[in-house]
Amino acid sequence: MPTYDYVPHAPGYVDNDGPKIVTSRFVHEDSHTLERYEATNGYEGLRRALDRTPADVHEEVRDAVVLGRGGAGFPAGVKWGFMPPGKFPYYLVVNGDESEPGTYKDRLLMERDPHQLIEGCLITCYALGLSQCFLYVRGEMPAAQENLAQALNEAYAKGYVGKNIMGTEFSVDITLTWGAGAYIVGEETALIESLEGNRGMPRLKPPFFPAAIGLYGQPTIVNNVETLSNLPWLLVNGFEQYKAHGSEASPGSRMVAVSGHVNRPGVYEIEQGVTTFRDLLYGDNFCRGIRNDNELKMFVPGGGSAPWFFPEQLDLPLEGRTVGAEGSMLGSGAIMVMDETTDAVKAALRLVRFYARESCGKCTPCREGTTWEERILQRILDGEGRPSDIDKLLDIADNISPGPYPVAADPSQGLDAVPFPPKQTTICPLGPSSVAPITSTIRRFRHEYEAKITKRDSIPVMAAPMSSDPVEVG
Amino acid sequence: MTAVENEKSTVTVTLNGVEIEANPGELLIDAAERHGTYIPRFCYHSRMKSVGMCRMCLVEVDSGRGPALQPSCMIPVGEGMTVDTESEATKKAQDGVLEFLLINHPLDCPVCDKGGECPLQDQTVAFGPGESRFVEEKRHYEKPIPISDTVYLDRERCILCDRCTRFADDVAGDTLIHFMDRGNSTQVNTFPDEPFASYFSGNTVQICPVGALTAKPYRFKARPWDLEETISTAWIDSVGSRVTIQSSRNQVLRLLGVDADSVNWGWLSDKERFGFEALNSEDRLTAPMVRVDGRLEATGWAPALAAATDALRDVDPARIGVIGGARLTNESQYAWTKLAKGVLGTDNVDAQLGDGLPVEAVLGLPRATINQACTPGRTVILVGPDPKEDLGALFLRLRHAVVNDGTTLIELTPTRTGLSTIAAHSLHPKPGEVDLLAAALVDAVSGDAHDAAGVPANAIAAAAASISGPVTVVLGRASVAESAAVTVDAAIALSQLEGVGFLSALRRGNVHGALDMGMAPGLLPGRVPLRAGCDAFDQVPTEVGMDTIAMLEAAASGDLDVLVLLGSDPLSDVPDADLAERGLAGAGTVIAVEMLPNASTLTHADLVLPAAAPTEVDGTFTNLEGRVSVAEQKVTPPGTARADWMIAAELALRLGADLGVESPESIRAEIAVVSPVHAKLTETALADGRVEGVLISGSSIEAPTASGSTTPANDAYSLRLVAARRMYDNGTMLQASASSAGLAASVKVTLNPTDFEKLGLDAGTVVKVISGRGELMAPLAADFGVPAGSAMIPTNAPGSNVNTLIDASASVTDVRVERA
Repeated sequence: MPTYDYVPHAPGYVDNDGPKIVTSRFVHEDSHTLERYEATNGYEGLRRALDRTPADVHEEVRDAVVLGRGGAGFPAGVKWGFMPPGKFPYYLVVNGDESEPGTYKDRLLMERDPHQLIEGCLITCYALGLSQCFLYVRGEMPAAQENLAQALNEAYAKGYVGKNIMGTEFSVDITLTWGAGAYIVGEETALIESLEGNRGMPRLKPPFFPAAIGLYGQPTIVNNVETLSNLPWLLVNGFEQYKAHGSEASPGSRMVAVSGHVNRPGVYEIEQGVTTFRDLLYGDNFCRGIRNDNELKMFVPGGGSAPWFFPEQLDLPLEGRTVGAEGSMLGSGAIMVMDETTDAVKAALRLVRFYARESCGKCTPCREGTTWEERILQRILDGEGRPSDIDKLLDIADNISPGPYPVAADPSQGLDAVPFPPKQTTICPLGPSSVAPITSTIRRFRHEYEAKITKRDSIPVMAAPMSSDPVEVG
Repeated sequence: MTAVENEKSTVTVTLNGVEIEANPGELLIDAAERHGTYIPRFCYHSRMKSVGMCRMCLVEVDSGRGPALQPSCMIPVGEGMTVDTESEATKKAQDGVLEFLLINHPLDCPVCDKGGECPLQDQTVAFGPGESRFVEEKRHYEKPIPISDTVYLDRERCILCDRCTRFADDVAGDTLIHFMDRGNSTQVNTFPDEPFASYFSGNTVQICPVGALTAKPYRFKARPWDLEETISTAWIDSVGSRVTIQSSRNQVLRLLGVDADSVNWGWLSDKERFGFEALNSEDRLTAPMVRVDGRLEATGWAPALAAATDALRDVDPARIGVIGGARLTNESQYAWTKLAKGVLGTDNVDAQLGDGLPVEAVLGLPRATINQACTPGRTVILVGPDPKEDLGALFLRLRHAVVNDGTTLIELTPTRTGLSTIAAHSLHPKPGEVDLLAAALVDAVSGDAHDAAGVPANAIAAAAASISGPVTVVLGRASVAESAAVTVDAAIALSQLEGVGFLSALRRGNVHGALDMGMAPGLLPGRVPLRAGCDAFDQVPTEVGMDTIAMLEAAASGDLDVLVLLGSDPLSDVPDADLAERGLAGAGTVIAVEMLPNASTLTHADLVLPAAAPTEVDGTFTNLEGRVSVAEQKVTPPGTARADWMIAAELALRLGADLGVESPESIRAEIAVVSPVHAKLTETALADGRVEGVLISGSSIEAPTASGSTTPANDAYSLRLVAARRMYDNGTMLQASASSAGLAASVKVTLNPTDFEKLGLDAGTVVKVISGRGELMAPLAADFGVPAGSAMIPTNAPGSNVNTLIDASASVTDVRVERA
């Protein structure tokens, strides 16, 4: 057994012999200080970037194919190229509103290595000619806020941020902003609305994406914390070394957060596109198998919004494109594992309830549909289900996300996978996300639903007797 | 080939298999509707920004990447776009949205005011499923909660379309209602302890697509299918907003805004919308009254008219006066002018009450329309009252132009206004010195910036530099405590700007019609001076007569035998209460032609003739642009009240003259012949302009000449008075409107807080305000929007009338403020 294990001061982080592109400093107790950061090659990437032309730095990022780590997995270098030329000012917004169920990797990056994120922001600003960056951090992460604020103060004091950075003509201001705890603000256009001081509700994207019309109507790049945290290492080591990690299509490493019925849940940095789900869940370096040697029933491969996977999908690599083709998404890299003791309907309800509560209330199908789904599931669990409920659930799902919903293959029933992404009648994917647990479980475990509805395998709630006589209890 | 020709002026879209031509940038939902395909919608409103919230207008759109469901209210048409509004996918999505909207919507249609005219009900009847699949308990909220004094909100019925909240935020700028909570608990509400006290709250009721918002005056009054309606014109102010008057059983029950592109875009101020309540008031005059032993007693028309004729017969025309007439239709105004000037031979006729502007300033300067003022890229200079308080619908148009279309707004006003927050420059001259500031602004445009009226040179230079495109001056009396001459001089100065146009901000309903119909001294119908003569009149006065102030002065000294109050209340409105009282007391016979008794009628009229209201007569109104639009009779007058033109005709007959008027149409025909500017106002033109009206232009009135008056400096102990109107005041019509009467705030004296220390006073203190003319008591209020050295008191506010402080003959009024 390797000696590596949890790092006490980086809660949940498991130190192993995997790649160390973004988590290299987590083993140090003072990893969040400028002193430690400078002692471990800190701000070297920025220094090297400043010696090159901005276009050159942009080219480096494009060549490295740094895929977005927030959910959609779009290459950062390409996204940066979408900004219309000459429409100054441009803004960089860092999405630190990590709130996808099961995800807790960005929090660690912000708490344990804030300077790495700041340096990543500076490199981005330099590459794109930006002078203003907004760090939007989720309100429920006070430690991340405190460490980032302290790091920013240190960086300003040392001349890494502010006017004439490192004695050059390059100047950037970074503004730290607290969120107020809405899940939807993790969606980039809702985040922009919130940053502008409005209620966090998504904007319709086509025809205008934030890169064209974003914060205050200006071209805006919204990047995830982990994405930007890759850049310092990339600038120091170059894109060739970066691409030596991971797979051809998905280079580099990736942070994943595993939770649920495994022996060692935690955050791991893995080889992107190489490590498989089986490695991750059963490997000694990683989660060390299912608890009590139980059977794996199902797992969510990429955050609460992802359609579910089953044991048949265990040998897929953790790679966005592959997972998408197989009917789900890698999303935010959160894997939630459920063993054979899990009640599929209850599990579905738990996630659907999250989406119902977190719907921003803008689009009718999401606002009304998610709550309706939640109430039907609750009713089924309460023993008040009706035979028509299963088809009704699927039809409500179809009204939120029309057409075949992405789902994994089921060889036992001879069913093929429906590839990601789903269609939607809503502006953002929150509503369609609530559909994932329903379609995934009904397709695979319809019998569990039917058992609850027809066989009444839980005690039905009885109506009070019509008689006015008091009922003897006990 | 020019660049313009190179650009294709239309976009071709395939709509349900048929190619249609759409305008570039047009939204799909609008393009489809123009071509006969109505896409269902709840949140979309053509006068507000799209939000794509309700998702009802989802249609299948293929822009080259395969068909996808898109909200047609947010997608601009694109060349080669293929749209299917009838596909299976479209129908399924729309049915799904409809079901989602209905699951929590209460089934209280039978008791809902919207039932029968409800888009949600209509859509459901047309396309919805017959049965509900929703077996759960519906969402519950407390049934209607009052969110303001007039508007109730039923959150159970609300479908969260964002229309009311968008209106409050984007259109009115009163961000007082908003979404709160999230998910299924999302609801519209006010902020705690802050009611939706907006002058425009009634618009949210009109645009609500369900029965969530209801207004007190119409709640449970009628069912939509029992209503009869006609398009007419609002009469409360001079914007001339187009309205639909709806009535049932011969009673007006509701007014709705009509989307006239040149005027009000469908919006109304609450005063316009709910003002009809006064017309249904129990206080309406239903029979003529005559004063017997000091008391008004009801009588018949025959004795009343005989008494009026006796008073008027054989009187020296110079000793007869007519004050008022802005309430009347153009046709009635013409008849009264013909009676006064053509039959009685007096030129002492004035529709304004000393609180307006001289004729030359309104008719003698180049005029602009609302649309010209609001054209993108132009500049508006406000020299006049706060449009938000005086001319609600104009305020909404100007606000839209400044916020959305890049119109530059420069204010030259004595205090902050409802537009100040969005104005490019708010310059506040000392009261009585706006003429100096206007001249300085013109100087600054030509490069010579200097201090003026207490405003520093750099501020004036910055304002001058911001002027772009042609200028529209919104011109009116910002304060009745300073003389009209100051405003006229400011207008003369600004008229030197290149391409300038003037938009009158005189407030009273049909005051512009009154001027066009000759209801001012020295004027005849058709914007012509007396010397131009009038063929249709038996005689025309040769001497220019007296205006209201002069008439009251003459009456006070016993030189007026008959004074006709034509829908006017000098005691409340003439900015010199003392003069008004002396004038009314000193006049011989006072004859009032009125809908509702007012202070002047009750105390001084010897004879009262009941007049019909605007909803009870046919005719036309003229708005502040000179736009003539139809006012149509919807109900019959109460009791024996008559149209004003009939009263004029009856009086003329009894005086032995025939006005030759038989109906509003016959009067209009005569106006079109008599007035050179109304020649094109044919019945056909009016019918064609049923919504937009007919714009009357041209004038034979000469431009005003500078008064040469100067404003004296005030001493260190006094403050200079600003007397400005508020939307809700003690006016007769407003106080007779049940749901609006309580909205008038009681009188306050507002000072800049920096003046408090100097005076040793604080906000809330009750003070005595003393002028050379009189005094009043009122509490103090603080507002940095009032410049230091000025004291703002609203006109005709409940409590005390600021007019008691004002001397009509002085150019400004200085007051001392003391602890009471």
